[in-house]
This record gives sequence, structure tokens and C-alpha cells, in this order.
Amino acid sequence: MTREQFRPDDHENEHFLLTTVVGSYPKPKWLHRARDLFEDEDSKFDAEDFEEAKDDAARLITQEHERCGLDVVCDGEMRRNEMVEYFAHRIDGYEFNGPVKVWGHNYFDKPSVVDEVEYEEEWLVSEYEFTSDVATQPVKVPITGPYTLAKWSFNEVYDDEAELAYELAELVNEEIEALVDAGARYIQIDEPALATTPDDHAIVGECLDRIVADIPEEVRLGLHVCYGDYSRIYPEILEYPVHEFDIELCNGGYEQLDVFKEPTFSKDLAMGVVDIHAREIETVEEIKENIKKALEIVPPERLTVSPDCGVKLLPREVAYGKMENMVKAAREIEAELDAGEIDIEPPAPSADD
Amino acid sequence: MTEIVSTTPGLYPLPDWAKEDLKTLKGNQKEDLISGDEGPEIQSAYEEVRTEFIDAQKAASLDRIVEGQGRWDDMIAHPLVVHDDVETRGIVRYYDNNNFYREPVVNDELSATGDVAAELSAGAEQVDDGLQAVLPGPYSLADLATDEYYDDSEEFLAAIADFLAEEADQLPAVETLFLLEPSLVENAPEEGEDERASEALDTVANAIDADVVAYPYWGALEEKVYAHVMDADIDALGFDLVSNHDENVYNAQEYGTPDDVALGVVDGQNTLVESPETITERVEWFSEQTQQNDYERIYATTNTETFYLPVNRFEEKLEALGAVQKAEVKA
Repeated sequence: MTREQFRPDDHENEHFLLTTVVGSYPKPKWLHRARDLFEDEDSKFDAEDFEEAKDDAARLITQEHERCGLDVVCDGEMRRNEMVEYFAHRIDGYEFNGPVKVWGHNYFDKPSVVDEVEYEEEWLVSEYEFTSDVATQPVKVPITGPYTLAKWSFNEVYDDEAELAYELAELVNEEIEALVDAGARYIQIDEPALATTPDDHAIVGECLDRIVADIPEEVRLGLHVCYGDYSRIYPEILEYPVHEFDIELCNGGYEQLDVFKEPTFSKDLAMGVVDIHAREIETVEEIKENIKKALEIVPPERLTVSPDCGVKLLPREVAYGKMENMVKAAREIEAELDAGEIDIEPPAPSADD
Repeated sequence: MTEIVSTTPGLYPLPDWAKEDLKTLKGNQKEDLISGDEGPEIQSAYEEVRTEFIDAQKAASLDRIVEGQGRWDDMIAHPLVVHDDVETRGIVRYYDNNNFYREPVVNDELSATGDVAAELSAGAEQVDDGLQAVLPGPYSLADLATDEYYDDSEEFLAAIADFLAEEADQLPAVETLFLLEPSLVENAPEEGEDERASEALDTVANAIDADVVAYPYWGALEEKVYAHVMDADIDALGFDLVSNHDENVYNAQEYGTPDDVALGVVDGQNTLVESPETITERVEWFSEQTQQNDYERIYATTNTETFYLPVNRFEEKLEALGAVQKAEVKA
């Protein structure tokens, strides 16, 4: 069990629903202004000033997570501009040529792989060290997975995306080893691209085999896959060598809940219980109902409670309100479970589980 | 002697300044996208974009010049989204890409808007010869849209074909019309539907006095679909050799081709820039593999639209295409 190490010493209930976030959080407005100043050639605001601004933001948001009462926190990805670009800038073999269209007037600085990819400088170790120094709670590290890094890049070098993804998986493995050496015990691999091309689940599986090689058993590994047609990757993903799946079900009104009931869900489940696309803050009661839906899939000791996805597109006060209510809801469900007031049986494991 | 004609299927990436300016002028939410009634500031930005597109093609010495479709926010669904009787709903995935368009929902009888003709006429003033029009093929446009007015899919496809024929009829004089038909590959028509897809191509092709190229991409047509498309009254058929050269050559060997073909020999979705020699080799390779066909004309083109590319690589690809060897291809 990798999960129990995250139970706070002063946890008030017998039951423990691990509360955490997926990763990104709205950046303070002044951090955007600091970036603009840093990028403005006429400004005296230099790299050192911008680093200090990012440190301040990381400190602020880590503490904001703790004020919400979350059991496992992160820095809200204050240092990252985008989930592929950030990593591509740190990997040898990538270059940037300019923005490309995603839809309408929304663009993405899609990088090109123009040479063999190699591990150059650390990606997240200093981010982790800073955050864990600031935090009193354990820190989770979200990291973009190799399939998404490959799929959302131009590939000028490798025969196909799979080959590029496997090479990148080796680099992700190297980074996770460094994170573990630095003390990280909870790593979440983000693979949003799998949601859009679910037929590639075997490639993601092979990537994960490479990623987990030589990672100590006590390190908790999660996989986050954003909203998509989960029936096309389930139950195949149960074969993946990770402890926990983090999925986005709230946005779809839990229509896909039943997908995970047959065959029995054999991993830990991190389920989205607040919608990151809706600006209304869900009430504690509403979130409690959502948590009860998760209990139809896994027992409480295998449940993690989180938002559907990163919350960076929400106004900051809304993001805060959602996290705060989410933690309250989890604590109330725990107390009700302790008191025997909740009677939900997850499906019994079938004979071949 | 085979004539090699360098061209593209249009839908170019906006210049970086226009990406910024238009985002500011229009906004970046779905309700801010193109509706066909843009104000003067936005119109003027698009006029500048159009001129840059045309200048880039002229500088690259391309044989066919497209308007560039900078206004097509919703990619090849564009002719419908600017229609008053078409509602746009959520943002949906554009084929198997990390790109999205607004789903057009048809809820009244369709008739031409003249939107595509107007933008092409504006471009025509800057082009002396070799003007090329671009429209979605009828099967693909019907596939990308949702019908809430016509009785069934058969009637809807025929109505879309009539709609596109009316749009084509309003176009200024052009040398060539490319009809983009990725859905013929990506969501292949079933038995019966394949014949109707071919008839729909006829409807549009017969509405215009120009060389009509039916251009499927992202793979090769299934054999039965290919056979039906060969029955259509088109001048050229497209082959995406970047995504699947083997099955495309097989189709051309097995079922023959029209007198002209359009070969997708430059990757519209990867930044690796092909040299003019590589492009020439790919054209020659296809000719050699299909020696039984005596081509009058081969269009050498990117395999897909090019809005997927950053501007620098897009322009380099135009230049490479324009530098392709025009000498007779040895078959």
C-alpha cells in the first residue's frame, strides 16, 4: 500500500479519503504581469526578478492548497507555461518554430523533434524541492507523460510516434528517479493525448513499463487521463503498472461511471468530484453525492478525491472555493463512514481478479 | 508529355501578426469566430492576410494560386458556418487531430451564401493566372455537419451537393477547383452511400467550368469507394502518398485513374521540409509504379491543408513545391 503514508498524523476520522489536486491552478494576475515585463526588452525586470516572482507564486499557491485542507498539495504549476512546451524546452533534440492553431484563435507553440531526444537538464527536481520546503503536507508531482509529449510534437526524426514516445519514456524514467532521490513519493503521469486517440492504449502501456523500471515500490504512481470515451481504454488500463487512475467524470455528469464497474476496478481510483469547466462552486452536499458515486466503484480505502482536471482556467476564488468544499465533503463522508451511516457496497471482485 | 503543376489544397496558417491581431479584434471564444458579417477592421486584417498568402505563393512560383482561406476558422466546415440557416453548436474534434471546429447544424433549407465566391473574387484581383478555388467535397461537408431539417442522410447529402454547386456557380473564373474529401477516407461511405457520394461530386463538378480535382486524404480510399469515385465526372483524383503510398498506388494500378492526378507528396502536418528533389522523386516513383496510366497532368501538392504548420516551415514547403522539377517525368 503506497497510500497510507499520506494520511496526516492528526487525521480526525478512522476512514481516510485522500484529498488532492490534479495539478494546475490559476496563476495570480501579477505573475502574468511579471512574465510580460520579463519578456519586454525595454524593461529592467530581469531573469532573476522573474525567478523570484515564480518562487513567490509557488509559495503562495502551495500555502493556498494547504489552507483548503488538502492532504497532498502541489504548487499549482506556477513555473510551467504549458504542459508540453515546458518539458520540450528542457529536452535536447527539440526546437520551437512558432504557434500553430488548435481551434479558432487559440494557438499552441507546438515543438518539433529535430534530433534524437536526450536528457539535458532537470525538469522538475528544483520545483519539487522548493515546494516540499514550503509545504507542511506531502507534495505530489504531476509530469506530462511521454505519449502526450510525442503526440503533441512534430516528429522529424523517429520512424513513428510510438518510437519517439518510447525514447521519451526513458527520459521520464530518468527524471522520476531524480525526483525520488530528492524525496518525492507521489508522482502523477498526465496523458491527456490518450483520451483523444484511445486506440493507442498499448503504446501508453509500453511507455509506462519503461517509466516504472527501477522505481522503488513505495513511490505512489498515478495516471491522469482527461475526459474521453473511457470504454475504449477500459479494462485494458488495469494492466498498466501504476497504483492509481485519475479520471474526469464530473464534467460528463457521471454518465460513464458504469464503464468502470465491469470488470471490477482493481486499482486505486482518483475521481473528479468537482467540474473544472463550470464556474459555480459545487456545494458540500453536491460533492458528497459525487463522492458516493465513486464508492460504487472502489471501497473508501482505495479512493482519492480530486477535481476533474487542472483548475487553471477558473477564476482563483472559484478554484479555492471548489477545493475547500471538496475537502469538507470528503471529511464529512469519512465521518459518516466511521458512524456506519453510509451503506454502499462496491462490486465484489470477480473470481479472476 | 506529363505536365507537373505545383499547388496546395489551401487553408493556410495565419501569419503570426494576424494570429495576435485577430484574436484581439475578434476574441478567442467560440461565439467570437467567423460569422460572415465581420466589421471593417476585421475585414481589413483579412485582406492583408490574403495579400500575404498570394504574395507567398507567387514568390514560391506555384502554378496554382489559392486564396488561402484565412477566414476559415472552422476549417472545411466553413461554407456552412457562415450560413444564416445553420446554427453552430459545441466545439468538436476535427478528424483525428488535436484541432476543433464548431459543429454546424442545418435547420432550414440550404441555399448559397456567396461567401467563398466573395473572398475568392477579392483574391482574383491580385492573380493574373492560375487561380484555384477550394471547397469541401459534398460527402465531407455532410459528414462534418448535423442535419435537423432534411428527411434522411440521402436527401441531406444531395442538398449539400446542390448547396456547394450553387456556391461553385458563383465563383469567379478559375483554372482549377479542389474539392477536399477527407471523410471519404476517414469515415468511408457504406454500400449505396458510396455511389451517392460519387453522384454528389458530379453535382458540384458540373456546376463549374474548371478542372475539378476530388482530393481525399489521410489514407487511401477503400476499393469500392475508389471504384465509385472513378465514375464521377472529375478531371483529377487525389492520392495522399505521405500517409499511405502503398494502398494509393495499389488503387491506381488496379482501377486506373482519370487523365490527371493530384499527388500529396509534401507533409502538411510535419515541420520536416522536403527538398525539391525529394518531391520530384516521389512524383516519379508514383508514375513508375503506375506506368499503365498515361498522365496528362500531375498536380504536386501538400497532402493536407497546411494550417497545422508554423509559418516559417509552411513558407519553406511552398518554396520547395514551387521548385519541383517541371520537366517531363520519366514514366
